[in-house]
Amino acid sequence: MKIHEYQAKELMREYGIPVPSGILALTADEAYEAAKSIGPCVIKAQIHSGGRGKGGGVKFAKTPEEAREIAEKMIGMNLVTKQTGAEGKIVHKVLVTEATDVKKEYYLSVTVDNANACLVIIGSGEGGTEIEEVSEKHPELIVTEKVSVYQGYHAYNGYEVARRMGIPAELTKDFVKILANMVKMTMDKDCSLIEINPLVETAEGKLLALDAKVNFDDSGLVRHPELEELRDVEEEDPKEYKASLYDLNYISLFGNIGCLVNGAGLAMATMDTINKFGGSPANFLDLGGSTTEDKVAAALEILMTDPHVEVIMINIFGGIVKCDLIASGIVSACSKLGLKVPMIVRLEGTNVDAGKKILAESGLNIIPAKDLADAAHKAVEAAKGGAK
Amino acid sequence: MSILVDKNTKVIVQGITGGQGRFHTEQMLAYGTNIVAGVTPGKAGQEVCGVPVFDTVKAAKEATGANASILYVPPKFAADSIFEAIDAEIPFVVCITEHIPVLDMAKVKNYMVGKNTVLLGGNCPGIISPGKCKMGIMPGYICKEGHVGVVSRSGTLTYEAINQLSVRGIGQSTAVGIGGDPIKGLSHVDVLKMFNEDPDTYAVVMIGEIGGSGEEEAAEYIKEHMKDKPVVAFIAGQSAPPGKRMGHAGAIISGGKGTAAGKIAALESVGVSVAPTPDLIGEYLVEAIKKAGIYEKCLSK
Repeated sequence: MKIHEYQAKELMREYGIPVPSGILALTADEAYEAAKSIGPCVIKAQIHSGGRGKGGGVKFAKTPEEAREIAEKMIGMNLVTKQTGAEGKIVHKVLVTEATDVKKEYYLSVTVDNANACLVIIGSGEGGTEIEEVSEKHPELIVTEKVSVYQGYHAYNGYEVARRMGIPAELTKDFVKILANMVKMTMDKDCSLIEINPLVETAEGKLLALDAKVNFDDSGLVRHPELEELRDVEEEDPKEYKASLYDLNYISLFGNIGCLVNGAGLAMATMDTINKFGGSPANFLDLGGSTTEDKVAAALEILMTDPHVEVIMINIFGGIVKCDLIASGIVSACSKLGLKVPMIVRLEGTNVDAGKKILAESGLNIIPAKDLADAAHKAVEAAKGGAK
Repeated sequence: MSILVDKNTKVIVQGITGGQGRFHTEQMLAYGTNIVAGVTPGKAGQEVCGVPVFDTVKAAKEATGANASILYVPPKFAADSIFEAIDAEIPFVVCITEHIPVLDMAKVKNYMVGKNTVLLGGNCPGIISPGKCKMGIMPGYICKEGHVGVVSRSGTLTYEAINQLSVRGIGQSTAVGIGGDPIKGLSHVDVLKMFNEDPDTYAVVMIGEIGGSGEEEAAEYIKEHMKDKPVVAFIAGQSAPPGKRMGHAGAIISGGKGTAAGKIAALESVGVSVAPTPDLIGEYLVEAIKKAGIYEKCLSK
């Protein structure tokens, strides 16, 4: 799960990581009021994406009037950054934050090192720019330090990173503390990433997290109900959001063949096959292992109400998922919404005969397929026929 | 022969009294798996499908001499259950549970170093040595006893591959689903090594997907050690957009790394034939074993 910069900073403040003061504004007037109390400030668009500065989502305001003017334009704008893709994201709120005199910019993050089953601190004396760029052009400027999830963080980890990043001696103690708190927050909250870019040394000689990005491990959310309220569904694709309410793994794509598959690997392979056969999938949809009739029906509803979907292809190889349950879900969704597009169904695996029987007896106009290739061919064929 | 599980595998089911645990215990028993005990804390003395239930893994092991365990435990408690199995010195543990927090698995992985337990999963379909033992959730009827090893990160895609082999009369020595999580037990290389050392496995089907570097490491291993055993592969996610997690926590292309194209190139460069679409996995395997002159040997009687 991703959260906004202002939320990330709030959490970091709770963990004793120094962040500049800031006020969230939903309107230009609120931005004006915020700027009045803060003074010279920076207005920052709050969307779930990096690279906002280059897209015009970060602007300096000397006066409250200027802040209002900037916020007026920024709120409601479609912000396009390197990370949003061409379609961009609508800005609904801005963070008004105190302007800071910066002496030097650093990069600092804590994330999970999957290969080594530990945490890793990544730091660089080259902050402010995209870290991918730095690591590509100047890998020697990137500092990494592993932290055991077992023993946790030791102060020497921090001193080691500070030394290699070239943190000035007088700031090292504060730096080590910031890192300790980042690691603590990661472990406490199941963060998959805490990134401060830039971490700055101010003109007054203090360390400050000017920007903040925090992502959470979705699987960890079950033990952090307090994080649920940080979720901003406006930032999510509405179909992906609806799918998530039913624990479906769904991702919007650009084609016209709606796919419903059990298992992530098979779902990807189904997309691959459709592509290779000359078609184009409208989505990735993995039902997951613990599916129910309701979830199947909800998944189908997402596909059936998607105007881009001209053909539906269902590909099920039941293991933990039972084919009869899938079939019942199909029947219930079709009787509720009506089957208006060609639907190709391939069933195999646990309780396959019972599943096929339910479909046959339903009287629905379903095109059966004997295997994956057959189903993909029929789906691509139907999609080409402009079958609407 | 087979790897990891066979007729002598005596299985504990952790979480046997839950819905999934119960259903799959029934399925595994029907397949012929020797399930000797179940574990659910607080439910000792009960029975599920005739299998006695114990409070702890240690108690179950002491009473039955079990040498393997399979977990159907909710994600919040799954890591605890794995720790319990490790501490009870169960040699082989299969974790089916999906959505285990990453940091939990990181702790498990660290704890396992130097211990006597081999872990498969989590978020995996399990393992089957056809005709001998099924520890998992795969439909047993699609499998056939034989000589081709299957190793895969995906569940249902593994069934797809197995099915394609079986309908061509080609049985499997063992099929292993290693799971789609970024931090997990056995890796592709670990399983390839076992297949390579198993004299009864003549060829291997390996199924990978985008994300991570397990397939690239597998290619390295194949290059060094598997000159004599044909390996056929498929990589899922060739059409996946970067930056989007495709269901499995580990299946994501980020920063240009973990792409299907990169993995396919790595495998092809060491002589692995990679099927372009999943429906061709069976055909490609047949072609590879014919080329190696072992087609007849691989046919199940």
